[in-house]
Amino acid sequence: MQELLTFTIIGLSTGAIYAVVASGLVVTYTTSGIFNLAHGATGMLAAFTYWQLRFDWDLSAPLALFITLFILCPLFGLLTERIVMRGLQGTTEVVRLSVTVALFAFMIGLANTVWPSNGSREAFLKFFEGNTIHIGGINVSWHKLITFGCAVVVAIVLRLLLFRTRMGVAMRAVVDDRSLTELNGGRPNRVAMFAWALSAMLAGLAGILLAGEQQLNIEPLVLLVINAYAAAIIGGLKSLPRTFAGAAVLGLLDAYYLQFSDNSWFPQSFMGFGLSGIRASIPTIVLFVALLVRPQSRLRAGTVRFREENKVPSWNTAVLGAVSLIVVVVGISGMLTRSNTLFLLNGFTLAIVALSLVPLTGYAGQMSLAPLTFAGLGAVAMSKLPGDGNLLTLLAAITIVAIVGAAVALPAIRLSGIYLALSTAAFAVLVTKLIFNQRQTFMSGNISVPILDIPFIDINSPRGRLILSATAFSLLGLGVIALRRSRLGRRLIALKDSPVAAATLGMNLTQTKLAAFAISAGIAACAGALAGDKVSPQQYDFTQSLPIVLLAVVGGVGTVGGALFGGLLLGGNAVLANAVPSLKNITKIMPGLTGITLGRNPSGATSQISEKFRPLLNRWGIISFSALGGVGIWALDASRIISHWAFFIGGVFWFLAVMPNLIAIIDGTSQRRWWASAIALTGLAISLGVDWDQAVDSTGKRLLSLILLVAIFGVGTQRVAENAPRIHHSSPDLLGLDVALTPDELDNVERELGVTI
Amino acid sequence: MALLEIREVMVRFGGVMAVGGVDLDVQAGETTGLIGPNGAGKTTLFNVISGMQDPTAGMVSVNGVDISHESPHRRAKRGLARTFQRLELFASLTVRDNVRVAAELASLTNIDATVNRLLEKVGVSHLADKTAGELPTGSARLVEIARALATGPQLLLLDEPASGLDESESDRLGTLLRELTEDGLGVLLVEHDMSLVMRVCDSIYVLDLGMIIAHGTPEHIQHDPQVLQAYLGAPS
Repeated sequence: MQELLTFTIIGLSTGAIYAVVASGLVVTYTTSGIFNLAHGATGMLAAFTYWQLRFDWDLSAPLALFITLFILCPLFGLLTERIVMRGLQGTTEVVRLSVTVALFAFMIGLANTVWPSNGSREAFLKFFEGNTIHIGGINVSWHKLITFGCAVVVAIVLRLLLFRTRMGVAMRAVVDDRSLTELNGGRPNRVAMFAWALSAMLAGLAGILLAGEQQLNIEPLVLLVINAYAAAIIGGLKSLPRTFAGAAVLGLLDAYYLQFSDNSWFPQSFMGFGLSGIRASIPTIVLFVALLVRPQSRLRAGTVRFREENKVPSWNTAVLGAVSLIVVVVGISGMLTRSNTLFLLNGFTLAIVALSLVPLTGYAGQMSLAPLTFAGLGAVAMSKLPGDGNLLTLLAAITIVAIVGAAVALPAIRLSGIYLALSTAAFAVLVTKLIFNQRQTFMSGNISVPILDIPFIDINSPRGRLILSATAFSLLGLGVIALRRSRLGRRLIALKDSPVAAATLGMNLTQTKLAAFAISAGIAACAGALAGDKVSPQQYDFTQSLPIVLLAVVGGVGTVGGALFGGLLLGGNAVLANAVPSLKNITKIMPGLTGITLGRNPSGATSQISEKFRPLLNRWGIISFSALGGVGIWALDASRIISHWAFFIGGVFWFLAVMPNLIAIIDGTSQRRWWASAIALTGLAISLGVDWDQAVDSTGKRLLSLILLVAIFGVGTQRVAENAPRIHHSSPDLLGLDVALTPDELDNVERELGVTI
Repeated sequence: MALLEIREVMVRFGGVMAVGGVDLDVQAGETTGLIGPNGAGKTTLFNVISGMQDPTAGMVSVNGVDISHESPHRRAKRGLARTFQRLELFASLTVRDNVRVAAELASLTNIDATVNRLLEKVGVSHLADKTAGELPTGSARLVEIARALATGPQLLLLDEPASGLDESESDRLGTLLRELTEDGLGVLLVEHDMSLVMRVCDSIYVLDLGMIIAHGTPEHIQHDPQVLQAYLGAPS
């Protein structure tokens, strides 16, 4: 009995931490509609900050707490809302979630940079470390008691805040009807800022309390949020009392499991699979169950219209793109060193994983946070199936994973938006904990995936594998474009644009979603099955999936080019980090930083880039000139006048910095033309003229130089060459009223309105 | 037996009775109007018919078959199609593809010809290759009708099709509706444009506070004191 009491107290104190975290999630979700995946990371940063103040700089505990919780956390929350989240209204759930993933990546990168994990540091002590109090015959630490007390105080304060203060009423009003609140003089933006500040404080409090129990490590603190998801979902992402109850249940389950699993009668394994991962999976299992018993999301008319827009490439463009990609990779792969080949190979593997999101997320609008899990299953299937890696084995692996993909989606598919995304996250975590981390699956920590065995072609070298993966990407990419142009493709888009119209026109939404999930899982499985090397479960971890989802969205998840862009960017990021240790910290933050800008450009980077090239399509002279330039640079390399690196850097510079500006240069006034040409030529001369192999000592630095060259000379050329039309920044309603329209704008307006004189 | 039969349908949202026991029939080859002040329960009733909202009680049947518990896509297969008060076009598809998706879902043969015929019929052929999200409201409403027709329905539910249409477009819509019913289609029309309703409807139901307060021909409805009271308020 006494033992039960002990574990009840332990459970309630764990539950108290979950409750504090979960209430923060609910506060921001209800007021701004953004489910903050980075909530746990906020708590982690707060815990580190508190440690810095309290234990490294020796401030007193109350002062350190005050500075962390009442100054820095609210400030961080305010800035997050103002800078990152406010631009996200009217974007899809996918983009909104990706931005929080970006924030998540950014904060982990930041923590890794400021508080590197190597080296010893002062211990993180509990509050009143070592002091206990005697309750009902057992000793309870002060820290646990304080934790429990904090949850009670948070509950009371939130209740008072929401029901007794003006701000609380405003918050509830925004939840009920945002626009009505605004019409009545409420200020939703200000309410949202307040909510984010409050939420950051709650995350910080939970992070500090948890760090006292579990020591200061980035990962457990960040993943804390997954445990809290379950509590928040039990509360329906709305009700705070139910959230607190859910948190208590979670904490108690965990504690009682701990108690019972110590008994001899408790099974240690099930069907040969060890059960050691179960305890850590409890919150995830509860989350999964809580999601599955949620009522079906109702079909509703009049939902938000989306801002993204992607053009469908014609067949000619698609085939041309696929062939050129293979040709370019074959061409440059001969020039690459072994390690660079492996990096590029990694980039293409990631690009295939990102491609798996195009039909699912880009077309059908369904969010998955588990693409790498399917890649991992693909790798396992490829290595376990008979046939030693021939084409049939590959097909079988893809088919099996596609079926698994549809099977796991089946129960979750009734859900939509954030709930669906979370259930895929829960699935990813469960697969990692209960399947990948098992002896039977990954013997001694890794397995070797056989290299694809294609008759008459030997791909048993890094170069061969690189060409194989580029070819696989091209073929799969063509397949995805073919899908988009097919009957099923139109249905996927219809499903995304208006589920309710699709259903009333006779579409079986469940079947269509299942198809999307199966196709996506199959494509991701390819990435794993083609690994052709030793792989470890860490490569397919849930946390590794997040950057891929993020960069696919950054690149443009609606397009094949976006997937390529995202995959290569992530791969290239790894090159930079490995080659230039001094840049390592920047590259850790980079994916996060890129993602945070999504709010301003939800269609992704590739659509922006391709917009720049579109005008070229009608000007044959310029196309020929561009091609000629490319051939010229290649000829310089072929005749050994310049090195491979100069070819690569010069080629990319030509493509990204010169070609998009050609029209502006030709159409510009003569003075602008000369200046712009001079800048472009200077950049080109540097790109081609520098002896990169000698002057710069590593791949990463060369890539960095390339980025700088394009940024400085490319943007410089553009700025000088363009007679940029003035852009109005005032409200569209005032267009032409506050400032007179220019003749160009007038023409434009008349064309748009169809008024031709 | 009527094409669509609604019997004692009731919808309760918490303590609010949105629809309180409605009986309504739509005959094949006729346009039936459903009018009433805002908040009367018209759209809720539409949602019940198309399967987006489960009724608290009551029955909906098409051609004598009870469909009250079928999913929306099954009802579509039984010949039900609808448009939406707030437009629900597939915004990133072209106009042609919007209609094509519907035709494909109905497994029609000869899809291209059907799509072209329908675009022609509602008068938006010239917009066929435009992205649907870029259309002005008037054209978008017509495309929604074409899309609904592409499923080859027996019963068409139109939720305020004339709002956002200018006078000539609205006239055109009236003509279109007459052509459609001549082909044997049953139409249930929710509309605020009374001149259109009075012109095209064979019979009219008036809904107020979730109850049918009058039913009859347009002439009858125009002179019904209860209707006047619901619309204009009680005479003092």
